[in-house]
Amino acid sequence: MPEVSTPVVAGTGHEAEAEDLASEELLVEEVSIDGMCGVY
Amino acid sequence: MAVKASSPGKLTDLFQLGLDAPICLTWELTYACNLSCVHCLSSSGRRDPRELTTDECKAVIDTLERMQVFYVNIGGGEPTVRPDFWELVDYATAHHVGVKFSTNGVRLDAAAAARLAASDYVDVQISLDGATREVNDAVRGPGSFDTAMRAMGHLRDAGFSGFKLSVVMTRQNIPQIDQFKAIADEYGAQLRLTRLRPSGRGADVWDELHPLPEQQRTLYDWLVAHGEQVLTGDSFFHLSAFGGALPGLNLCGAGRVVCLIDPVGDVYACPFAIHENFLAGNVRSSGGFETVWKTSELFADLRKPDTGGACKSCGFYDSCRGGCMAAKFFTGLPLDGPDPECVQGYGETALASVSASPGLPVPRPSVDHSHRTAPSRPVQGTAGGPVPVSIARRRPPAHDCDESPLAGFETSAPGAAAGRR
Amino acid sequence: MTFDLDRAWRVDPRVSMRPEPFGALLYHFGTRRLSFLKNQTVLAVVRSLDGHPSARAACLASGVAEAELPAYARALAALADSKMITERMSHDSSS
Repeated sequence: MPEVSTPVVAGTGHEAEAEDLASEELLVEEVSIDGMCGVY
Repeated sequence: MAVKASSPGKLTDLFQLGLDAPICLTWELTYACNLSCVHCLSSSGRRDPRELTTDECKAVIDTLERMQVFYVNIGGGEPTVRPDFWELVDYATAHHVGVKFSTNGVRLDAAAAARLAASDYVDVQISLDGATREVNDAVRGPGSFDTAMRAMGHLRDAGFSGFKLSVVMTRQNIPQIDQFKAIADEYGAQLRLTRLRPSGRGADVWDELHPLPEQQRTLYDWLVAHGEQVLTGDSFFHLSAFGGALPGLNLCGAGRVVCLIDPVGDVYACPFAIHENFLAGNVRSSGGFETVWKTSELFADLRKPDTGGACKSCGFYDSCRGGCMAAKFFTGLPLDGPDPECVQGYGETALASVSASPGLPVPRPSVDHSHRTAPSRPVQGTAGGPVPVSIARRRPPAHDCDESPLAGFETSAPGAAAGRR
Repeated sequence: MTFDLDRAWRVDPRVSMRPEPFGALLYHFGTRRLSFLKNQTVLAVVRSLDGHPSARAACLASGVAEAELPAYARALAALADSKMITERMSHDSSS
């Protein structure tokens, strides 16, 4: 799901540069995580 | 709803600071197992006499609750052969730690299935490595196919839909990939396909069983075609270099997102890296698991951002992140270079130069709980030839484990064996 | 998806929120999904949703500037989409 948002970098007190709309940083990112390495 | 693949570079930056708790914690409850799968990542079979007691396990669960670990992946060996298995599962869920456990199905009877169906916080995964008895039992041993199918039947009959059917993909079973999907569908299960690694006993069968290059392509295309219906446990991110990334974190999570607690309380960076080089500490030490997770030097090292090493100049590094650390380690490859199964072929080149130059032997697991007299199994493709007997290839065990692996298995006194050490 | 900042929202009770150095992790025990909140402000917003009559109020109270509201609306939309947050039935703030 494409997300475009104003880049905010945690705790650093400065804003990341926005190169263009398509690559702006997400504030919330969902990750499909079913376990890692495939073990369980 | 399609979930976009994450940007591993940015997430790697986040992990540099260290997570307060692992996301996917694997906890192998016992090295005891009724089976002797040829590729077992933990070289399981015989119970280790130093296994954590019931009370020690509960103390670990208390720690996980305090750390707010969301869920724990429980396995082994075969976790259900521990007499206190259900007690521990109930303790975990009562203490806000979800449980996902992996089993070969040996003790998953109708009552167990009913119990699972009634719980919101327990997930189960049945292991199967062949869509037919012939292919499966060649890897997992005679009777194992039937055991798994029986367990799946109990789960279905109990109304537990959405349990996982987990398959380790090999040269022999990739041609059966559609059949696996059909079996999962038939039982109302969700299919998981996972990667074989040269870890544990996997090192002995890696050459024969790991997928051929063209099979990797088949697998990748199939996974892309099936999207989110089929899970992979994020174990095929090295295939992302074929094209678009598969869903998941797409990076090695060892020591950053995942780690392993083994049956004697040793904490390793990853379940596929049971080796002293990846041993971070032990839960029995002062400060327990939380201290190991937060302060281990090994983990601090693993949390540093990847520089890419020899893979830096490859255009696909962003998607594959250099592949699997354990796969590289146990094939003798440097960790800052290509994965042995690099889809661009760089792994093959690297392996060739490793075997061409004399030097240190490929690392071997130092922890081995294999049954001493594992029954021999035919390996597919060896045309009626002699069967490799494991005992001849096993290094002497590090510990004198004379206990029957099934201690307590049929006992009427719970905790008789495992509970007191 | 358009997210309605002027409705009342709350975190689903089946969600576990764990603060992290970078922000937070959210895990939904029902859907088994995991979300990363990538800064402290969005965490503050999410934590405070239940105590405000609207998401907009929660944002402003957490220090989000007017100009940043669209970005935070999109972030909240992502959480709503994965059922991490749901609309509150009453506009009264609950405790």
